[in-house]
Amino acid sequence: MTTTTHTHTAALALGDDALVLSHRLGEWMGHAPVLEEEVALGNIALDLLGQARILLSMAGDEDELAYLREERAFRNLQLVEQPGGDFAHTIARQLYFSTYQHLLYARLASVEGPFAGLAAKAVKEVAYHRDHAEQWTLRLGDGTEESHERMRRACTALWRFTGEMFAPLDGLDLDLSELEPVWLESVRSVLERAGLAVPEGSRTGAWRAGAGREGLHTESFGRMLAEMQHLHRSHPGASW
Amino acid sequence: MATAAAHQTARTQPHTGQDSGAGADEAYARAFDATVAADERIEPRDWMPDAYRATLVRQIAQHAHSEIIGMQPEANWITRAPSLRRKAILMAKVQDEAGHGLYLYSAAETLGASREELLDKLHSGRQKYSSIFNYPTLTWADVGAIGWLVDGAAITNQVPLCRCSYGPYARAMVRVCKEESFHQRQGYELLLALSRGTPEQHAMAQDAVDRWWWPSLMMFGPPDDESAHSAQSMAWKIKRHSNDELRRRFVDICVPQAASLGLTLPDPDLKWNEERGHHDFGAIDWTEFKEVLKGNGPCNEQRITQRRRAHEEGAWVREAAAAYAAKHSSGTEVEQA
Amino acid sequence: MTNTDWPLWEVFVRSRRGLSHTHAGSLHAPDAEFALRNARDLYTRRGEGVSIWVVPSSAITASSPDEKDPFFEPSADKPYRHPTFYEIPEGVKHL
Repeated sequence: MTTTTHTHTAALALGDDALVLSHRLGEWMGHAPVLEEEVALGNIALDLLGQARILLSMAGDEDELAYLREERAFRNLQLVEQPGGDFAHTIARQLYFSTYQHLLYARLASVEGPFAGLAAKAVKEVAYHRDHAEQWTLRLGDGTEESHERMRRACTALWRFTGEMFAPLDGLDLDLSELEPVWLESVRSVLERAGLAVPEGSRTGAWRAGAGREGLHTESFGRMLAEMQHLHRSHPGASW
Repeated sequence: MATAAAHQTARTQPHTGQDSGAGADEAYARAFDATVAADERIEPRDWMPDAYRATLVRQIAQHAHSEIIGMQPEANWITRAPSLRRKAILMAKVQDEAGHGLYLYSAAETLGASREELLDKLHSGRQKYSSIFNYPTLTWADVGAIGWLVDGAAITNQVPLCRCSYGPYARAMVRVCKEESFHQRQGYELLLALSRGTPEQHAMAQDAVDRWWWPSLMMFGPPDDESAHSAQSMAWKIKRHSNDELRRRFVDICVPQAASLGLTLPDPDLKWNEERGHHDFGAIDWTEFKEVLKGNGPCNEQRITQRRRAHEEGAWVREAAAAYAAKHSSGTEVEQA
Repeated sequence: MTNTDWPLWEVFVRSRRGLSHTHAGSLHAPDAEFALRNARDLYTRRGEGVSIWVVPSSAITASSPDEKDPFFEPSADKPYRHPTFYEIPEGVKHL
């Protein structure tokens, strides 16, 4: 592979992460638990969509990539495609992912390369996403009995999707496994302050680690894509 | 000395004048009338007639409810937006609507009504929202028609409200109008792309305009001779123009815009009247308007059910945050550098 | 059931360096941390601010309309506090 195709592979993976999570967050619009959260989740979804558009454009035409690829061609982590579930699942997903994305972008911003410019801008946005997730994790974990139990369940349910984040990724000039201990420490610290135990299960699931990056996804993802792509695909060649 | 409107005190203030003498009451009333007459703003802690306060709470709450119910028909298309650019625009727009709801609930709170109480009234059907949102968004083009026609009608209604006699409402409207300027333009641009697109896209755009045109005209409310609250609201300078006047203005604006879009407006009686200097247009079906208002529109049930469900399903989240705050009460003033 | 009616906060935004914080509006939040974050999302969505203050609405003491006269009349009495009070010969600059 040439350097360019390597960059494409990585841009696609990171772009798909941002695109898919943005879509999942967009599903909350009109359904959030409180009006202020409609605005907050909307901000995060818009930041991610902005990142996705830049990254996908590095790999090709953003709309062709978003709307005309089959499920197997998507390279996002399985974590981000998980359905929103209750608000606790959305927050747990966001905590795990934003913590990872923050570490990753901070690293990418610090070295020269095709992602440095994007990462430098995005790292500030992601710092805010991480903070939002952390603040909510504290409140749900250390709020009422019900919220504690919901948050505990959500953290455990999504734990199995977190190992994949540190699998090697073609086109990224860095060893992702180096981020893993920092990620673990950071997540552990938030969970502890929220009175939540770090989940004990395996972090790779019974499915292969790195499966999302290789194009293997979970059941709900097909449905998500069907909804997302339907209109665009119904009018081949049309512009919008 | 404080600079801000202290909302709580507005609630406890003897605004009815019950515990002051009749003379003081009259003096307050004279001061209120003089302020309105001089085109100055009434502020939260000023004395105001009970009916003025009640009218404003009703109107601002209905306006706020319309913003948040209005998120639903458009949010219906966020997950299906046909390009990433359109998806970003639509999300930003729906998010703005939540923000506008928040500005408006805040304005209502300066009159002593709590948001919780207003939401309660919305959820139980005791307060209304704009009937327009009881129509469905059946195709992508509906997102464009809402931007162009529904937001267009809303802006026509709202711009004069920036000069409303009640300060907090007027200020909220300045903010809303500033942010809304992009809403109407994106709708128009969306329809233009469809109209100039494939024959299927063009037909989709025309179908949407056919369905949204008449309901948009109904947004200005009943004709002047049947409007229950208009005269008093005009006298108080809450309202600046009559329903029919604003409706005429809107029709006159839309006709050339429709022509530029290459779309037709579904009214065979629509034509320029040289003598009046306005367009004549066909009779509005007020029976439909009243039916939708009564709850028999295509989506009344669906919209309010979704709103209630979001509120109920979010209760545990709001409780958790309140419980956490009670456990960890921190300093009261925080600065973010 | 815990009270879910989050308290009201007043939001002050410094729109750019060199200006004071001015009142932007209000919002609900369970605590100060969230009040700040909600304020950022709501009142500076389009880059309207560089710094935010949030204050519980209940912490504000306001002058009442009844006190209008004693509070504000004296300043109306002191025109010499305003620059236009002073006559300056034409052509004098930088004053």
